[in-house]
Amino acid sequence: MADRDQPRIVGTPFRRVDGVAKVTGRTRFADDLAFPRMVHLKLVRSHVPHANIKEIDTSAAERIDGVIHFVRGEDMPNTFGILPVSQDEHALAFEKVRFVGDAVLGVVALTEDAAEEATRAVKVDYEELDTIGSVEEALVTSTDKIHEYGDEGNIHKKVSMEFGDVESGFDDADLVLEDTIFYEGNTHLAMEQHAAVAVPEGDGKITVWSATQTPHYVHRALAKVLELPAAHIRVIACPNGGGFGGKSDPFNHEIVAAKAALQIGRPVKICLTREEVFYCHRGRHPVTMHVKTGFKKDGAIVSQHLKTALDGGAFGSYGVASTYYTGALQTVTYKVPRYRFDGLRAFTNKPPCGPKRGHGTPQPRFALEVHLDKAAHALGMDPADIRLNHLQPKNSVTANWLKIGSMGLEECLQKVIDGSGWRQRYGKLPEGHGLGIACSSYLCGAGLPIYWNHMPHTGVQIKLDRSGGVAVFCGEIEIGQGSDSVLAACVAEVLGIDLKDIRLCVGDTDLTPVDLGSYSSRVTLMMGNAALQAAERAKELIAEAVAERLQVPAGQLVFAERRVFDASDPERGMTFSEAVATAESKFGTLGTTGSYTPPRSPGRFRGAGVGPSPAYSYSACVIEVCVDRETGCYTVPKVWIAHDVGRSINPALVMGQVEGSIYKGLGEAMMAESALRRLPKKRSNALVHKFPSMLEYKSPTFLDMPEIVTYLVEDPDPNGPFGAKEVGQGPLLPVMPAVCNAIFDAVGVRIDQVPAHPQMILQALDDKARGGPGRYGPKRFPDVSWGEPLRVPTPDEGGDGKAINAEQVGVRGGTMKEDPEGVKS
Amino acid sequence: MSEHVTATYRVNSEGRTIAHPAHHTLLEVLREACGLTGTKHGCELGECGTCTVLIDGEPQLSCLVLAREVEGAAIDTVEGLEGRDLHPLQKTFADLGAAQCGYCTPGILMAAKALIERKPTPTRADVCEALSGNLCRCTGYIKIIEAVEWAAALCRGESGARPADASLYGVCKEKPHG
Ligand code: FES
Ligand code: FES
Repeated sequence: MADRDQPRIVGTPFRRVDGVAKVTGRTRFADDLAFPRMVHLKLVRSHVPHANIKEIDTSAAERIDGVIHFVRGEDMPNTFGILPVSQDEHALAFEKVRFVGDAVLGVVALTEDAAEEATRAVKVDYEELDTIGSVEEALVTSTDKIHEYGDEGNIHKKVSMEFGDVESGFDDADLVLEDTIFYEGNTHLAMEQHAAVAVPEGDGKITVWSATQTPHYVHRALAKVLELPAAHIRVIACPNGGGFGGKSDPFNHEIVAAKAALQIGRPVKICLTREEVFYCHRGRHPVTMHVKTGFKKDGAIVSQHLKTALDGGAFGSYGVASTYYTGALQTVTYKVPRYRFDGLRAFTNKPPCGPKRGHGTPQPRFALEVHLDKAAHALGMDPADIRLNHLQPKNSVTANWLKIGSMGLEECLQKVIDGSGWRQRYGKLPEGHGLGIACSSYLCGAGLPIYWNHMPHTGVQIKLDRSGGVAVFCGEIEIGQGSDSVLAACVAEVLGIDLKDIRLCVGDTDLTPVDLGSYSSRVTLMMGNAALQAAERAKELIAEAVAERLQVPAGQLVFAERRVFDASDPERGMTFSEAVATAESKFGTLGTTGSYTPPRSPGRFRGAGVGPSPAYSYSACVIEVCVDRETGCYTVPKVWIAHDVGRSINPALVMGQVEGSIYKGLGEAMMAESALRRLPKKRSNALVHKFPSMLEYKSPTFLDMPEIVTYLVEDPDPNGPFGAKEVGQGPLLPVMPAVCNAIFDAVGVRIDQVPAHPQMILQALDDKARGGPGRYGPKRFPDVSWGEPLRVPTPDEGGDGKAINAEQVGVRGGTMKEDPEGVKS
Repeated sequence: MSEHVTATYRVNSEGRTIAHPAHHTLLEVLREACGLTGTKHGCELGECGTCTVLIDGEPQLSCLVLAREVEGAAIDTVEGLEGRDLHPLQKTFADLGAAQCGYCTPGILMAAKALIERKPTPTRADVCEALSGNLCRCTGYIKIIEAVEWAAALCRGESGARPADASLYGVCKEKPHG
């Protein structure tokens, strides 16, 4: 329709709909809530990394004034976890603890102070077990297993798949390059600590308010552990004070608060301390990678073999999906005609890793982009050209069966090449100054839900009445990314009304249709499509009634400026509220729904569930660095980034997401690390965070930010609402490799590891001065026997998306029952 | 149980007499006893700046201030920023998307207010310096810096200081229709 082509709201920067609430302190975060008779919960956490629990002695804690209740693990024997294949968490550990910070007991008191004091008075007697601190240790330790399930020993997941004959591809290559690269783990560090309040309703039902990105999954976990019908549990997601993936798992504190509230019949609140947030973690996995690629002289890739080893920490979390993700998206930027991926995830006695902005893909993207830079140099090519000349075409299917729609990477590359003066400046800057380039791509939502089902991934309901106000209901969660604004904009755009005319009700499992959550960059595309469908249906109803009353063909009616009128005679029309009243008279009470389910992807093999998406966003980035050879210290004065967002719904917020991604990426490149250390044997040998505090966990401040030049490239995708794709995660990915590639241009050494610390640069410079290769990075990839890979012929080979040896490979033992192909994030 | 004190605080120019545990911080008194939950906390250890309020016009970390020590002082929180209209800082933060999740925002608004009152024409370096104790994990700071600069201009009575379109639309995206 004409007004869809000429949007009035979409594409113009507007004040986010929750903007005023956020600048006035009105936004109510979970910890801002208070209820009559509310009491406070604190969790007793393990100070040892791996042990059997022998006894929990609460006698001293009971004597503390104000302590009223203890919640015990035995009261909640059912396990939970985000993925059906790794239901491996207890709300409170009661047999064994698996990392420093594992929760063993809940203490409820009248005040937070009393609860806190009581946690320190509880004595837990542990029988300590050997600790496993790394992938290498996990590979050789089969006794003292952290979990009783997994692919083998302490290996949680091991996958191996091959698309085309990779070895023969290496034989055809002019250059075969191998690299071993390490990406340190890091954490989300959202400013808001996790918090939840559980309020019993007196009739056996309960409401849980929580800072969660995924109320739907929290709802399922609560039903399972509390053994209550899901219909009697209401989960309301409060706006999150930052998520970044860190609030995407159902958490023990939410469940324990709910259990306590039911046991004592009073509202129970918990707010984690910053230190506890470091224990919740679910952050970026530390990953060691080995990448081997065969290139033709012109830089074309003929074959690639990627191996990844993920240090998973103590629980499954999203780990199976994370493992697959380290291999899934290597093929969507540049043509990779033959591809093999081997990945494994080990359990270790550390805080559990999970999804963080970019989920599983920044690590292999870093490896690939640094590797490509080296290949360009080995082949005597410009690193920009090795990328530009071999892009995966739009509307194609990759070797690993991912379907690419729109693809704006060429334009992105061109923008940053021109903007940065790459052709004139690369390789020619004064000593100590350098430029680096890298690209990336990300999903616009996972093609499959986390648990196997055929239902929509998101739903929107619209209620309209004679007041002219429009209420929009959706299970989405505002985590700062601007989803409320996207929802309101889509509906207001179609109905021709103002953003202010819309009232949103979101993230409430009782009142709103299911949306799977704010993760995987799925919300704009999926919720946006559902909102458009619901709004178009409402518009149709109104148009039919108005057409009848005005005696004008419905197709000739325009919805704009809060009016509905005849396109050929704009005076002939009525206000929007009159139009709704007209429709209400004709049809009775008005309401419409919309929903969205992603298209089916062509892959039909085990593991094909991870990687497909309705659309892929693309980014290209050039970064400038200045390195001081004496100290190894470096700064980033300027960044050029181009992002193919399909179409911006609200450019002001798109710009904010891009800038926020650069910021996070620079943090990961330069300083952020969830480093743990082992205490000496005589002091428990525990694996502890160096310092679980914001002072010691480094993140960039106002003083560290470079100048950023942002280019929004708009190549509308037919699957996106108004053509829109994601922007929350993709632009982070090229930052880390661009920094390391720029360091090479500046001082001629390779840092094959992030964060890239000054002392690493100094060591690499030393190495070079002594005639070495001038490199800092891991020396070897762990020894793993991968066994026979699942072999899937590529589309070019005439494959049909199925594996040809599925029976031989079979299912490795031990994995929890449900079908891993249903595993997605 | 802990010893309690009764004290009278001047918060956003309103007097409040409150009984609270003697060891409680200003942050706890504001959020729990006064119900002013606009002031947030990210660490309660003086590391993040989220809890910043003004005490006699100076930005202070309310998580590190023992409440009873500021009895009688002028305490300003985000709730007092808005008069009949939004404060210029609130307007520019809302318009530019300088508040994404908004959790760091109250603290940053208060620190920025102190800056532009002290220095009506701050340089970019002044802004970054004044806010360097406030972490924001969402925005990458750029929109915040632009919002503070724009608000300072509004406070000086200059109306046309909206940031360049490039910052709102990206460099090469044409400004859309209208
Ligand atoms: S809460 Fe972090 S500095 Fe006060
Ligand atoms: S807006 Fe989220 S922390 Fe600043």
